[in-house]
Amino acid sequence: MTAWITACEIDDIEHEDVLRFDYGGRSFAIYRDPEGAFFATDGTCTHESVHLADGLVLDDIIECPKHNGRFNYKTGKALRAPVCIDLKTYPVRVSGNQVEIEIE
Amino acid sequence: MSISFVEKRDYSLTGECTRHALETGLASAEWYHSDVPRKVMKELMQRRDGPAIRDTLLWIGLLVASAWGGVLTWGTWWTVPFWFVYGVLYGSACDSRWHECGHGTAFRTQWMNDVVYHIASFMVMRNPVSWRWSHARHHTDTIIVGRDPEIPFMHPTTIIPNILHFVGILDVWDWMKILVRNSFGNVSAAERSYIPESEIPKAILSARIHLLIYAVTVIVAWRLGSLIPFMIIGGPRIYGTWHMFMTGMIQHGGLAEDVIDHRLNSRTVYMNPISRWIYWNMNYHVEHHMFPMVPFHALPRLHELIKHDLPAPNTSIWDAFREMVPAILRQRHEPGYYVRRALPPTARPYREEFHQTVPDRSTMR
Repeated sequence: MTAWITACEIDDIEHEDVLRFDYGGRSFAIYRDPEGAFFATDGTCTHESVHLADGLVLDDIIECPKHNGRFNYKTGKALRAPVCIDLKTYPVRVSGNQVEIEIE
Repeated sequence: MSISFVEKRDYSLTGECTRHALETGLASAEWYHSDVPRKVMKELMQRRDGPAIRDTLLWIGLLVASAWGGVLTWGTWWTVPFWFVYGVLYGSACDSRWHECGHGTAFRTQWMNDVVYHIASFMVMRNPVSWRWSHARHHTDTIIVGRDPEIPFMHPTTIIPNILHFVGILDVWDWMKILVRNSFGNVSAAERSYIPESEIPKAILSARIHLLIYAVTVIVAWRLGSLIPFMIIGGPRIYGTWHMFMTGMIQHGGLAEDVIDHRLNSRTVYMNPISRWIYWNMNYHVEHHMFPMVPFHALPRLHELIKHDLPAPNTSIWDAFREMVPAILRQRHEPGYYVRRALPPTARPYREEFHQTVPDRSTMR
């Protein structure tokens, strides 16, 4: 069973940045790319569970703040050691001024 | 008290201290960090190619020029200053290039980080695969006994081996043994504790490539009947490594083990500009550990922003050694002793509750 959950408002995230969103005991990362489109992944790095929202967004990439592992946040693909396991991604839609993600 | 009566703690990555660190929450813990607004941190984290390209071109240019001068003057005393310069550029500057490019922060362009990382890994005699993982662990569990593979001074400390590190002989011998072992496919239990299984074939391949280059160097030196190939490849890791150890020792030497506040186990030291260039600003070591995503060229600015929350930096390399050496001497017979550095009134105090899980040393092996 999935549901669309409001994560934040559009203006809460700058272009090329990331925001932490906690819901139901889980943590998610909401991204806004340089063109303004929104994306969502699990909130913590698959390497050592560090919150990605403290990291750096570079184009399509999120870099973990602890060990500089990199993921493509649009696909979840792990790109650079020390991360080897891909991130889970979630569908995102914009409804009015709200950014919503679809989670189970 | 005699040194022989002091029991050595278990610094292995698979032993009693490892188990204890995992059980008490010291491993993969939440560390203290100074407050920096997100907007400012984003600016500090921004990557640039310019500073690293400039420094790398200068580094390569000086390496080539000094080696060329050393070869031309070989057999005379004039050769000494050329090899002195070449040795430090090869045997010491390689460490900071390895380090920054390993973090992926030196250049904005990733392939540039990777190319310099692999060259510098060869120069510093580290397996580029294993050491990437080793250093990741060092950042997760900085100076946590049983977890950090890069603890320089193990209690009770020993003096002679650390002095010998300045000429790199023990160091090179140890790392050569690891290279040979890895190249034959032998990866230790400690290495396997921080390298994922999927990366081990890459570590073995890298060891074989490094060993092959050294073998070619030996053959060339033998065919030429000259020591010059060793002066250019490998040798600087012995005769030019002193600067790397001089600056590396003071990063954590004499400070605390088993704490989760980098202000207690890392040291920021003001240095002369030449050492800072060789060391790529890693003298701002507390700042680097708190925020490893900040590139070397932005560390001075980060330091200015958070220095009110940190112990006063040591004023020079000499000042850092004056603080560190007596502490290390004391740690020979008093394991667990460390220099507890005073915080300025503007700093948030050390949060003792962060460290309440630290085991009582008198009951620990």
